[in-house]
Amino acid sequence: MNIPQILDFSYGLGAIVVMLMIFLSLIRALAGPTAPDRVAAINIIGTKTLIIITLIARIYGQVYFLDIAMIYALMSFITTIGVAKYLEKGALD
Amino acid sequence: MEVTIGLISITCLLGGLFFLFVGTFGLLRLPDVYNRLHATTKCDTLGAGLVLLSLALQSNLAVGLRLALLIIFILVTNPTAAHLIARAAYKSGIRPIVKGRISDE
Repeated sequence: MNIPQILDFSYGLGAIVVMLMIFLSLIRALAGPTAPDRVAAINIIGTKTLIIITLIARIYGQVYFLDIAMIYALMSFITTIGVAKYLEKGALD
Repeated sequence: MEVTIGLISITCLLGGLFFLFVGTFGLLRLPDVYNRLHATTKCDTLGAGLVLLSLALQSNLAVGLRLALLIIFILVTNPTAAHLIARAAYKSGIRPIVKGRISDE
């Protein structure tokens, strides 16, 4: 077993491990006592989803998945900003 | 040379997964929203950066530039988002816990 095979195997296994971590973070998003707990958990889930997308881009060898990952990071950030502003002011204006 | 880069890449991947797991564990186990943000933000930023660096070591120039852009984007936006969440939590009346008591009253 040479190095590229080990790398392919470990990237696939890493994607599965990050998926299990997403389920663990989802526990906090469901059970968190306050609203900022849930927002923080959703933000963390967004970062981990970005990591899964880049690992899948490496596994399937598709370069344009990285552009999708970039757009996903942007949308996750804007969502977090919107929800945090709503929590702070009670309105979005 | 290829073996050396491969070993560095596997080490970066394992380190990134370790930091991501520590961040998730802190999100589950710590008692307060500020403690949870403190645990998850730094661990997630470093873990994502290490995993993306491990991918960037294995790729050519175009993919490596995109991954570097993603790393810079995560390094900028993740602490900003955590700061906004903590600020929203503080302004909406959640006070930090200090040794079981409510502080800052």
